[in-house]
Amino acid sequence: MKTKISFLLLFTFFLIVFLTFYLGLQKSNIYKPSLKIEKDIPIYKVRTLESSNRINSEEVFKDNRFYLLNIWASWCLPCRDEHEFLIDLSKQKNFEIIGLNYKDNINNAKKFLKELDSPYKLVFLDKDGTVAIEWGAYGVPENFLIYNKKIIKKIIGPIDQVSFLEIKKIIQ
Amino acid sequence: MKVLKYIIIVLMILNPNLSIAQSENLQNKITKNLRCLICQGQSVYDSDSQFANSLKVLVEQKLSDGLSEKQIYNYLKDRYGEWILYDTEFNKNTYFLWLLPILMFIIGGAIIFKLFILKKN
Repeated sequence: MKTKISFLLLFTFFLIVFLTFYLGLQKSNIYKPSLKIEKDIPIYKVRTLESSNRINSEEVFKDNRFYLLNIWASWCLPCRDEHEFLIDLSKQKNFEIIGLNYKDNINNAKKFLKELDSPYKLVFLDKDGTVAIEWGAYGVPENFLIYNKKIIKKIIGPIDQVSFLEIKKIIQ
Repeated sequence: MKVLKYIIIVLMILNPNLSIAQSENLQNKITKNLRCLICQGQSVYDSDSQFANSLKVLVEQKLSDGLSEKQIYNYLKDRYGEWILYDTEFNKNTYFLWLLPILMFIIGGAIIFKLFILKKN
């Protein structure tokens, strides 16, 4: 009787251990950043492409309108793909696109904008990638839709047809 | 000879390079505890990706700004979530993880006590 009970206990114990590990294996361990967050925009001082003065990031986003912060670099190929969407979006009313130039050579960045036309009202410079971290970004390209000093949407990777229409719908 | 030894010891203690080494150690300690989010199974310290390199620079900056280790962790947790830390904090999601080894230790000790020590008496 006693051996039977201990056998049963041992069996259930191993069953639980097996199930835990088995279910754990099924679960994907790849990190997925949360996309739906309402977070305040970070406040920092930053240099811009247009002038050598440092400006306060908060002042850029102060108006009552939608902003898109686009992280880009001239060396980033997907950024070229999303560029036409950005140009299109920049023609929208009550909407401004702010660029964040990520780990780039300034001359290359200027050449890039000359070649493909600039959708940006202003371009922040981020030589060492720390400003992108202030925003909680992972790499280039990445987009943050901002309203009322809050990040309302995050698009990781380039803007495609689907996210383009989504943004258009939100800002209208 | 003995005097020389003491002088060297005093000089080593007062050496300003020592504090530099310490802050570098702290920086390494912090970056070893940060998960590189875009590379799998690597810490920020080990990785050479753009993201990891930026984080290393950022940690160095924050340390020179006078932030403590904990403040830096909180800063990053606020932006990237708790996943970025390897050393998870004790909360309602992780208490089982933290308590399980202690629990196993206690249960194991109880079993050994019962089997060997009580039986002997």
